[in-house]
Amino acid sequence: MEETVEYAQATGLLGGVWLLVAIPLVSAAILLLLGRRADRWGHWLGVAAIGAAFVLGLSFFFQLRGLENKSVELSLWDFIAVGDLRVDFGLLFDPLAAVFVLLITGVGFLIHLYAVEYMSHDAGRRRFFAYFNLFVAAMLLLVLGNNYVMLYFGWEGVGLASYLLISFWTERPSAATAGKKAFLMNRVGDAGLAIGIFIMFATLGTTQYDEVFNGVGALTGTTVLVLGLLLLLGAAGKSGQFPLQAWLPDAMEGPTPVSALIHAATMVTAGVYLIARSNPIFSANSTLQLVVVSVGALTLLIGCIIGAAKDDIKRVLAWSTVSQIGYMFLGVGLGGAAYALAIVHLLAHGFFKANMFLGAGSVMHGMKDQVDIRRFGGLSKYMKITWLTFMMGWLAIIGMFPFSGFFSKEPIIVAAFEREDWTAWLFGGAALLGAGLTAFYMTRLFVLTFHGPQRWTEDIEHPHESPKLMTIPLILLAVGSVGAGFLLATSVPDWLTETAGLGGEQAEHAAVLSHTVITILSLLVTVLGAGLAWFLFRAGTATAPQPAGVLVTAARRNLYTDTVNEAVFEKPGIFLTRALVYLDNRGIDGLVNGLAAAVGGGSGRLRRMQTGFVRSYATSILAGALLVMAAFLAVQAGWLA
Amino acid sequence: MTELKLPSIDYAAISPILIMLGTALLGVLVEALVPRRWRHVVQLTLALLAVLAALTMVVLSADERIITAGQALAIDGPTLFLQGAILVLAAMALLLIGDRSVERGGAFVAQAAVTAESADDRRQAEGRNGLTEVYPLTTFAIGGMLIFVAANDLLTMFIALEVFSLPLYLLCALARRRRLLSQEAAMKYFLLGAYASAFFLFGVALIYGFTAGIPGRTAGVDFATIHAAVGESPASPVLLFAGMALLAIGLLFKAAAAPFHVWTPDVYQGAPTPVTGFMAACTKVAAFGALLRVFQVAFADANWDFTPVLGAVAVLTMLIGAVLAVTQTDIKRLLAYSSIANAGYLLVGVLAPSRDGLAGTMFYLVAYGFSVLAAFAVVTLVRDDDGEATHLSRWAGLGRRSPFFAALFTFILLAFAGIPLTSGFTSKFAIFGPALEGGQAWLVIAGVLTSMILAFPYLRVVVMMWLSEPGESTPTVTVPGGLTSAALMIGVLATLVLGVAPAPLLDLATGAAEFVR
Repeated sequence: MEETVEYAQATGLLGGVWLLVAIPLVSAAILLLLGRRADRWGHWLGVAAIGAAFVLGLSFFFQLRGLENKSVELSLWDFIAVGDLRVDFGLLFDPLAAVFVLLITGVGFLIHLYAVEYMSHDAGRRRFFAYFNLFVAAMLLLVLGNNYVMLYFGWEGVGLASYLLISFWTERPSAATAGKKAFLMNRVGDAGLAIGIFIMFATLGTTQYDEVFNGVGALTGTTVLVLGLLLLLGAAGKSGQFPLQAWLPDAMEGPTPVSALIHAATMVTAGVYLIARSNPIFSANSTLQLVVVSVGALTLLIGCIIGAAKDDIKRVLAWSTVSQIGYMFLGVGLGGAAYALAIVHLLAHGFFKANMFLGAGSVMHGMKDQVDIRRFGGLSKYMKITWLTFMMGWLAIIGMFPFSGFFSKEPIIVAAFEREDWTAWLFGGAALLGAGLTAFYMTRLFVLTFHGPQRWTEDIEHPHESPKLMTIPLILLAVGSVGAGFLLATSVPDWLTETAGLGGEQAEHAAVLSHTVITILSLLVTVLGAGLAWFLFRAGTATAPQPAGVLVTAARRNLYTDTVNEAVFEKPGIFLTRALVYLDNRGIDGLVNGLAAAVGGGSGRLRRMQTGFVRSYATSILAGALLVMAAFLAVQAGWLA
Repeated sequence: MTELKLPSIDYAAISPILIMLGTALLGVLVEALVPRRWRHVVQLTLALLAVLAALTMVVLSADERIITAGQALAIDGPTLFLQGAILVLAAMALLLIGDRSVERGGAFVAQAAVTAESADDRRQAEGRNGLTEVYPLTTFAIGGMLIFVAANDLLTMFIALEVFSLPLYLLCALARRRRLLSQEAAMKYFLLGAYASAFFLFGVALIYGFTAGIPGRTAGVDFATIHAAVGESPASPVLLFAGMALLAIGLLFKAAAAPFHVWTPDVYQGAPTPVTGFMAACTKVAAFGALLRVFQVAFADANWDFTPVLGAVAVLTMLIGAVLAVTQTDIKRLLAYSSIANAGYLLVGVLAPSRDGLAGTMFYLVAYGFSVLAAFAVVTLVRDDDGEATHLSRWAGLGRRSPFFAALFTFILLAFAGIPLTSGFTSKFAIFGPALEGGQAWLVIAGVLTSMILAFPYLRVVVMMWLSEPGESTPTVTVPGGLTSAALMIGVLATLVLGVAPAPLLDLATGAAEFVR
């Protein structure tokens, strides 16, 4: 069934959608340009900019609900117009964009608020808020653009902001290295996205969403496959999916609010947005969908296994992010109605993961920046609010009824079991296993941090609860973790399916297991995993690394993915560089130098013919004249023949 | 006895020529009648006003497409465009010629008859005001060039050639300093020029013979007759081809194409620098205007026959210009070889027989003229007590001493090297594009390869100016007076504007790119 995609023109209040991008951008510019003069009030400007964007986004959201078409397009100006190629500087506000706007500005506002206190002792707080606002502006551009070039702008913008923020503490070598690592691995993905956009230019002559989606049916299967794989590569790079997942845990070197906003709630979900937005492309090729699903399933298991073996509180959370985004990829890969489920999980995850990251930040704040969970323990008595809010996040992520994770993750597991062939068992099983593992390692994290005996380092006397500015965002996010799930799971899918092309018709397959059985099974593995972890770690753990079996050792070393990267890319890369340098020195330089010497020598010899004697000049003119005459006459002779 | 039939003449259409020649005559009178201390101001004003008036007339008759004065002059699109180009570039050259602030008394000798290197000569070099006869000479030359690009028969063309060549020979001899070099240059230029004129004239005679005997036509050397004869004449084609070859030699000499380029470096080096600039810009326009008209109007139907030969000449010219530029140690000789290589590129344009090719060639002439005049303007500024310091070793470290002028010169050199965002890039593009479409890929390949060779000497000067330490002998740059500054800034700005937004001038050239027959 061919369904054409059309967007209405933006009118009235919705004509101001561009303000969403402009306000944070202007704020960032002010903060960067004014320099130290803005140090005293700069952070409040940053918070206010995001707050204003949130209020605007909310009002646009309600406007949109009232519209018939549920999507508006706003063309600002012709960005590139060369020959047949036309790229609009245009924005698209539809249900998919709207939920992202609310997530980015809503969660973003709370994290900004939290950061005011968290960064209060840092001399670079103003610069931090400038980068933070820059990030929000770029992220909003990414989700609001009406063509792939706009998306690419936002994509690179968030990459830049992420790089600046990961290496924010430039004096730490590890932070600088992590920033570079993130930058390089993202580059691999970005190259894929860029080539994908070029392919759109080449085959469709446009990058506007509506024109691309309407034209994709006319492309050959191979073209769609290549295009989709390139977009997937871009998505995997940004979202820390296999095989480009290694940068995300290292990115935790940045300040904790950065981890919460960029590397948990928003930027890393850009890959999910890209695939959801491009769903007409992905739906057009079943091989492509299979690849996406496989990447998602594989990554979610990798994330769980490594997460279970880590002792750094932020890294455990980071690997759990990798794993949860794996669930989202699984959802968008399944296609059909599961697109909406993935987005719901994304929103729910935005709340509970931000909540837990900020909770982790609060713990670190009270424990002198300690991040090793083996040196926590028993903190529930000292940090009541942090403990309770973190508990909400924990229950939400493991998918316990009735917290949000249950409503968002369980449908994805069901959808995985609904595939028509044996792969239903494979992907359904992986999703189920992932749920159990998630319960295990998140419980381990929670118990080791807040319960059991105190294993603090000697310098900590009495951990303190964080100030109000930090706990209020925590409480609000915890409320979201508890309540949002049900709300989202019931209303958002319907709302999202009105996004043009999203959740198109697809034949429903009966699940290989009944819905109830799956629900019971998933609750069962969750309780099992959580119970096992509680039993194992209720009495604390050793404060030093213990000898471990093969699997745990492998997991501690990130399942050797870094080693593989080193062996497959780094070593050959270094060798290739050296070989090229050698070739350049000996071969190309030799050739060039030889040519240069030949030209110079020839020049020197020819120069001697310029004697300065008018008689020799006249002779050479005469010789030339004879040659030209002879040539003309030769031509003429040929003409006669 | 039959009554003498006078040809009808459209005086408005040929008024630019009349204005320039009339002003030249007036200038001779000024020399005789106006007191010495006023002559400079009066002559310069007169010459500039004349150029301005002629330019106005060219602009006013922009839509004129006629052949007038009994088949002698064709006032059509290319004529008007090239006349406009000559006048604009000549105005810039006049600014350089008229400048008396860079060197006290100007760049010209005060008394040409004083023996060079004598005590009197040293005294006059110390700042007595230069000859003012240069202005009538220059205006005569400009007038001749205006006729040259409009000439519609070979005899008119020959006369125009002599009218603009003779004043140039004289001008070359009038340098204030290094007078022996200057006089030698003028002598060489004159002898070789006369030699080349003989070739040209012999060619005219052969062509005249070739046109004889066509039924219903009288023999003649106007282009319409030649054009008709190429297909129909019963005479031996040897006459045509030998004549064509001899004409080409005469014109290629003026255009400084190899192997007829030998005079160029010596003359460019010896002549007073403002005159060198005038020759490099305006003579080039005139010579190529004539080449275009002769080969695209008179011999258009022999296209297949002259293209291989002229193509070979073009490749040789590019190669010799580029390769020899590499080892030059004098900035004026370097620019001379660069001008030879550019003649090669322009020949590629002449061999692209399409409207775009013609437009591209005309655009190239204008763009190159602006850049080369600006380059010679800078050369006049870099000097010490003995006049201009033209040896390249003296330019080392100039970027430290005078960053502004070094930056301007760097920009011009980058334009010569064909870097994008300069007119050097757009103009090469405008010529190579149509040549490629016209099937002359081998010429374009040669053009690109030689541009790469040629980039080396340009960049060597840039490196020298910026990356070397200034030595003891690095001269300072004289801060120029208004006239040279104006010429320099016009040249640099035009190089930039034509590089960034070439469309208006290209459109103008394309609109004008059609000969009348």
